Amino acid sequence: MSKYLVNKFLYTIDRDHELTERYRDDPAGTVTWWEQEMAGRILNCITAETTTWLSFTDAERTALATHDHVALFELGAHPFLALTLWIAMFERDFTEPLGMQLDYAEKLAHVRMPYPDIST
Amino acid sequence: MADLVAVLATTHHPFYYRTSQLPPDQAPPFAAEWISKIATYRETLTRARPDVLVMVGSDHFHQLWLDNMPQFLVGKAPLYDANWENEVREFGMPKLLLRGDEELSAYMLRQGLDKGFDLAFSNELRIDHSITCPILTVRPDADLPIVPIYTNIFAPPLPQPERFVQLGRTIREIIESWPSHLRVAVIGSGHLSLELGGPRQFGPTGPDPEFDARAVEWISNGDIDGVLKNVTLDSLHAPGNATHGFMDFMLMMGVAGYQKADHADSLSLFHTMEAYFTWYPNPHLLDAPSSLTTPGGRA
Repeated sequence: MSKYLVNKFLYTIDRDHELTERYRDDPAGTVTWWEQEMAGRILNCITAETTTWLSFTDAERTALATHDHVALFELGAHPFLALTLWIAMFERDFTEPLGMQLDYAEKLAHVRMPYPDIST
Repeated sequence: MADLVAVLATTHHPFYYRTSQLPPDQAPPFAAEWISKIATYRETLTRARPDVLVMVGSDHFHQLWLDNMPQFLVGKAPLYDANWENEVREFGMPKLLLRGDEELSAYMLRQGLDKGFDLAFSNELRIDHSITCPILTVRPDADLPIVPIYTNIFAPPLPQPERFVQLGRTIREIIESWPSHLRVAVIGSGHLSLELGGPRQFGPTGPDPEFDARAVEWISNGDIDGVLKNVTLDSLHAPGNATHGFMDFMLMMGVAGYQKADHADSLSLFHTMEAYFTWYPNPHLLDAPSSLTTPGGRA
C-alpha cells in the first residue's frame, strides 16, 4: 500500500490546471509519466533530492490509470482529494447542478461503515 | 490588557459567496433566507467593534501537506494572500489580501509554547476558504488584521477532541493576557456532520441531521462536558467522513467557556446544516444591537 503516493498524485494533479487537463484526457499516460518523473519529487526540492523508493502498487496504478474513483476510495485514498480532482475534471460533463457529485456518490452506494482507513 | 469582545463559531460553506452574488432571479430558492441569516450574523460581530481577528480554520491540503504536517499552526506574517486556484475554480471564491498582526502572532506563539502547545508557525501562508468564508460572511470588507490559526482535522492521526477544547481555552487566556489596548474577536469555522467523497455526500440534508441537532444543542448551551462525553475521534466517523471538522467547533467552545451562546442560528441546506454562534465574554463592551438583529438569535 502506498496511500501517501496516491494522495500525492491527486494533490499535485489537482493544483496544476495543465496537469488536470492532461490527466482528464490521458489518464494512463499521465500516471505512467508522473510515476516515472514526479513521484519522488519532494515538493520545493531540486531533482538531486528525489526520493528513491516511492512507487504505486498495481491496484493503485490501475485505479488511477482508469479514473476509477470507487477503487481509489476502497484503497483508502483521501476522499477530499479525489472528489476535488474529479469535480475539476468531470463536473463540466453534467448538465444538472451537482450532477457529477451525485453520480460520484451513487457509484459508492454499496459502501458500508466503517469506511476504509485513510491514515497515511 | 486586550479585550476579548466576541467569539464566533460558524460553519464555512464555500458556495455561500457565489450564491450571494447571484441576481435574485437566478438564485436558488434557499438563497434569500441564507443571505438574511448571514446579515444578522454579521451584525453580531460588527456591534463588538473588533480591531483584530484571530481566525481559526483548517487548511484543506493547500499549503500543508503530508510530507510535513503540523497539528496546530499559527501564521506570523505581515500579510496573507488568500484563496487558492482550485477554490476559484470550484467555488468562484475571490483572491484576497489580508493584513496580519505580527505582534499578536508572536505573542500567541510564545505564550502557546510556554503553556504546553508546541505550535508550528508559518511566515508565508496563503490561507484558504476555512478562513476566507467567515471573512466574506461576517467581515466582507476584509479590513481588519488577522492572526490565522490552523488545526489538523483532515489528515490522521489527529489530535484528540479534548486537545481542541484545551487549545481554545489557551487561546482565550493568551488574548486576555496580551498587553494591548486592542479589541480582539476570535472567529472559528468548522462543520457539523459532513460527507465529502463518499456515498452520503450532497444529499438533501447533511448526512446526519440527528448529530447536527445534538451538536447545535451542545454549542448553544456551552455544554463542553456533554460534547466531550459524547464525541471521540472514532465516533466522528459515523455522522459523515468529514465530520472531524466539528472539532474546530469544540475548539471554539473552549474559547467561549461554559456559556450559553448569545446568538445561535442554523439553516438546513442541501448537503449540510449551516450553524452560526456568537458569544460575548464582556457584554458591557458592546454597542447596542442594530435593527438588523432579529429574534432568530438571542443577541
